[in-house]
Amino acid sequence: MELTTVWFVLIAFFWVGYFVLEGFDFGVGMLLHVIGRNDRERRQVLNTIGPHFDGNEVWLIVAGGATFAAFPEWYATLFSGFYLPLLAILAALIIRLVAIDYRSKRREIAWRRRWDVAIVVGSAVPSLLWGVAFGNLLRGVPIDADGQYVGGLVNLLNPFALLTGLVTLSLFLLHGAVFVALKTDGEVRRRAGRVAGRVGGTAAVLTVVLVLWLNLSQGSTASYVLSAVAAVGLLGALAAGRRGREGWAFVGTATTIGLLFVTAFVVLFPAVMPSSLDPAWSLTTANASSTPYTLTIMTWAAAVATPVVLGYQAWTYWVFRRRLTAGHIPDDALHPEGTRPPAAAR
Amino acid sequence: MSAETLARWQFAITTVYHFFFVPLTISLATLVAGLQTAWVRTGSDRYLRLTKFFGKLFLINFALGVVTGIVQEFQFGMNWSEYSRFVGDVFGAPLALEGLLAFFLESTFLGLWIFGWDRLPRRVHLMTIWVAAIGTILSAYFILAANSFMQNPVGFTFNPERGRAELTDFGAVLSNPVVLVTFPHQIFGCFMVGGAFVAAVAGYHLWKSAQNPSPEPTPLHEPGTSLTEPTSSRPEPGTSLPEPVEGRPSAGSRHGGHEGHGAAWRTALKVGVITLVVAGIGVAITGDLQGKVMTQVQPMKMAAAEALYETEAPASFSVITIGTPDGQRELWSIKVPRLLSFLSTGTLDGEVQGIRELQAAYEATYGPGSYAPNIPLTYWTFRWMIALGMAGAAVGAVVLWATRGGRTLRHRLWLPVLVALPLMPLFANSLGWVFTETGRQPWLVFGLLPTAAGVSPGTTVTEVLISMGTFTALYSVLAVIEVRLMLRTLRAGLPEVAPHPSADADDDLDAPLAFAY
Repeated sequence: MELTTVWFVLIAFFWVGYFVLEGFDFGVGMLLHVIGRNDRERRQVLNTIGPHFDGNEVWLIVAGGATFAAFPEWYATLFSGFYLPLLAILAALIIRLVAIDYRSKRREIAWRRRWDVAIVVGSAVPSLLWGVAFGNLLRGVPIDADGQYVGGLVNLLNPFALLTGLVTLSLFLLHGAVFVALKTDGEVRRRAGRVAGRVGGTAAVLTVVLVLWLNLSQGSTASYVLSAVAAVGLLGALAAGRRGREGWAFVGTATTIGLLFVTAFVVLFPAVMPSSLDPAWSLTTANASSTPYTLTIMTWAAAVATPVVLGYQAWTYWVFRRRLTAGHIPDDALHPEGTRPPAAAR
Repeated sequence: MSAETLARWQFAITTVYHFFFVPLTISLATLVAGLQTAWVRTGSDRYLRLTKFFGKLFLINFALGVVTGIVQEFQFGMNWSEYSRFVGDVFGAPLALEGLLAFFLESTFLGLWIFGWDRLPRRVHLMTIWVAAIGTILSAYFILAANSFMQNPVGFTFNPERGRAELTDFGAVLSNPVVLVTFPHQIFGCFMVGGAFVAAVAGYHLWKSAQNPSPEPTPLHEPGTSLTEPTSSRPEPGTSLPEPVEGRPSAGSRHGGHEGHGAAWRTALKVGVITLVVAGIGVAITGDLQGKVMTQVQPMKMAAAEALYETEAPASFSVITIGTPDGQRELWSIKVPRLLSFLSTGTLDGEVQGIRELQAAYEATYGPGSYAPNIPLTYWTFRWMIALGMAGAAVGAVVLWATRGGRTLRHRLWLPVLVALPLMPLFANSLGWVFTETGRQPWLVFGLLPTAAGVSPGTTVTEVLISMGTFTALYSVLAVIEVRLMLRTLRAGLPEVAPHPSADADDDLDAPLAFAY
C-alpha cells in the first residue's frame, strides 16, 4: 500500500475513533436534563463520561494534527474554507469542556444552571456541525484550480449537508443515551433506556434516508455493504436496547457511527476534498500529501504509539467499568434540590 | 485593517492568553506529583492535603489550557492556510506527534488520576500523575521544536515546483540548536511560575494566620468547596460516635488540624520558593545561552532586542534607551559597557552587528523591504522579560531568607509582595514570547516565508473579525470566571482528608466517589 493511502486510512481511523468516542460524550451532554431530573442525577449522568471525555477529545486534536502533517493542502483548504462552522465548533468545544470541569465547583443554583446550558449547547452544536462539514466533504465543495475553497458560508448550508448534520445529531443522542444506560444503575438507567427508545426511531429513519441518498448518488459496492452493515448495527442496537441488553446496544450504536464514517471515507477516496467545479481540481491523497520521507517517519511513530494509546485508553474504561449509582455521587457540594439521598442507595 | 493584521492580532491574543495557563500546567503537574510522592512515601496527611489542594487548582487551570490549545492547532489552517501549505511537511510532524505522544498521555492519565483516588492502588495512582506530568513536558518539546523551525529553519529543502519547504532530516528539526536552548529555558520559566504560585498561596495562608493568631482557625473554609469536606455527614450530637474513617473534624481535632495546616503551608512555602529560585538560576543560564544562539541564527532579533543600530565591538548593553518616535535613532540611554558583547558572543569584546548593517545585508539577499521588527516593542519586551523574571527569583530568595528557621511573614506589606510573586514570572513568560515572536518579523519562517505571504487568501476581513471577536469575548468571560474560581479555591485552604481507603478492597466500590464532577 502506498504511504499516502496508509495515512488516508490512519486519518480516517482517528476521525472514526473521535466520533465513536466523543459521540457518546456529546450525547450525554445533550441529554443532561432529559435523563437527569435533579442535581444528583445530572451529576450521575455527567460522571459516566467524567474520566474519559478529555482523552476522547484528543482524538480530534490528533486527527487535525495528522491531517496537517500528512496532507497539508487538505488541512489548509478544509480549515480555511469551513471557517465559520469550524469557529462555532471550537467555541462550543471550549465552553463545553470548561462547563463540565467547572459546574460542580460551586453549589449555587445559578452557577450550575448556567454551566448546564453551556454543556447542552456545547454538545449540540458540534454534533450538528461536524455532520454538516462531512456532508459537504462528501458532496464536494467549490475548489478552484489553486486548491482554494471559493464557496463562502451559504454554500455549506445545503439539504444534503444539513441532513448529514441531523443524522450525526440524532445518532449521538442515541449513542449517549445508550452509554448512560450502560454505565449507570437505578432510575437514571431506566430513564436513559426509555430515551434511547424514543430517539432511536428518528435516528434510524434519518440514517436510512441519508444512506440511500449517498449510495444512489455516488455509491460503490463497498459503500453499499458498509452502510448496510451500519444500518443493521442500528437496528440491532434498538432491538438490544428494548431487551435491556445495554452492552450490545452500545456495540450496535458504536458500529453504526463508526461504519457510517468509514463509508464516508471510502466514498471520498482517493479524493480528500472533491471539487464541485471541476473533478480535476479535487484535492486527492496524491496532490495534497506530504513527502514520502515525512510520511515514513509519521508511519513509524503512529505504528508504535497508536497501539499503546489504545491500550491505556481501554484500560481507563476497564478501571471505571462499574455502573454509577446515585449513591456514588458524593453528598458534598450537592445542589440543595439534589441533597435528598435516594432511599435505595443508603 | 487588513485580514493579515487582524489574523496577526488574533494569533497574538489567543496565544498569549493560552500561555497564561501553560506554565502553571507544566510546573504544577510535576509539583503535585512530587507532593503526592512525598505522601505515598511518608504517609503524612500534610502532603495529602497539599496534593489535593494544589491538584484542584491545577485542574481548574488545566481546563482552560486545554480548550485554548485546541484553538491554536486549528488556527493555523483557518487564518494561515498558506503558511500551512508551505510548512506542513515539516511543521505538521511535530504537531501531530505532540497529539499522539503527549496529549493522549496527559488527558487520559489525568482522567485516571482525578477519578482514580479510590479506584486504583496507591502506587498505580501515583504513577498516573507522573505520566501526565511527563506528557506535559513532552508536549512542550514537540511544540517548541515546531516553533524553533520558524526561528531557524533546519533539516529541510525548498521545493520550487510545489513552493513549499520539505523535510529532509527530522533529527535536525528535533535537535535544532534553538530548541535545545529554548526547551530548558521554557521549562525553567514554567517552574518559576509554578514555584512562585505554590509559595505565594502558602505564604498568603501563613501570613493570614499570623494576622489572626486565634486558636480557632479562621473561617476561611467555605463548606462545599473542598474536595472531600462533607457538609451533610458531619456527626450530629447525640448520635453514636462514628468510626474514625468517617470522623470529621471535631472540636478537638480541629485545633490540631489547624496546627497541621501551618506545618503543611510551611512545607509548601519552602518547596515553592526553592523551586522558584533554582528555576530562576536555570532561566538565567539558559537565557544567556539562548542569546548566543540567537545572535548566530537571528542576528536581527538580537540587534532589535538591544535597539543596536550600528555594529559595535565591544558592544554595551543599554538599560534604558529613549529613541525617536519612529524607532530609527537613539536619543539618550544608560549603558553597561561590554555586557552585550558578552551576552551575544561570550567574549568581552565580541562584535555585535547593528540593525543598519543587517538591513543592508538582507536587502542584498532578499530584495528591497524592511527586515527589522518593531524595535520599541522588541526592546522593551526583552528588558521587561529579564527584569520581571529576575525580580521574581530575587523576591523568592528574600522570602526564603525571611522565613528561615520557621520565621513567619507578619508585616502587612508582605501581602502585595505575595500577590506579585507569581505574576512576575508569569508576565515574564508572556513578554518572552511576545519578544521572540515579534522579533522574528517580518518573517513567518525566518528567511523563507514573509508573514504577509502566510495568511489564508480566501478568508475575509469579516470572517477574521467575527472569530477574533468571538474568541476575545469568550476568553474575557472565561478569564474572569477562572480567576474568581481560583481565588475562591485558594482562599478556602487545605481540604480535610479522611484516611484513604485502599482501592484493593472491593467492598469500598459502593462508597461515594472521592471526586465527581
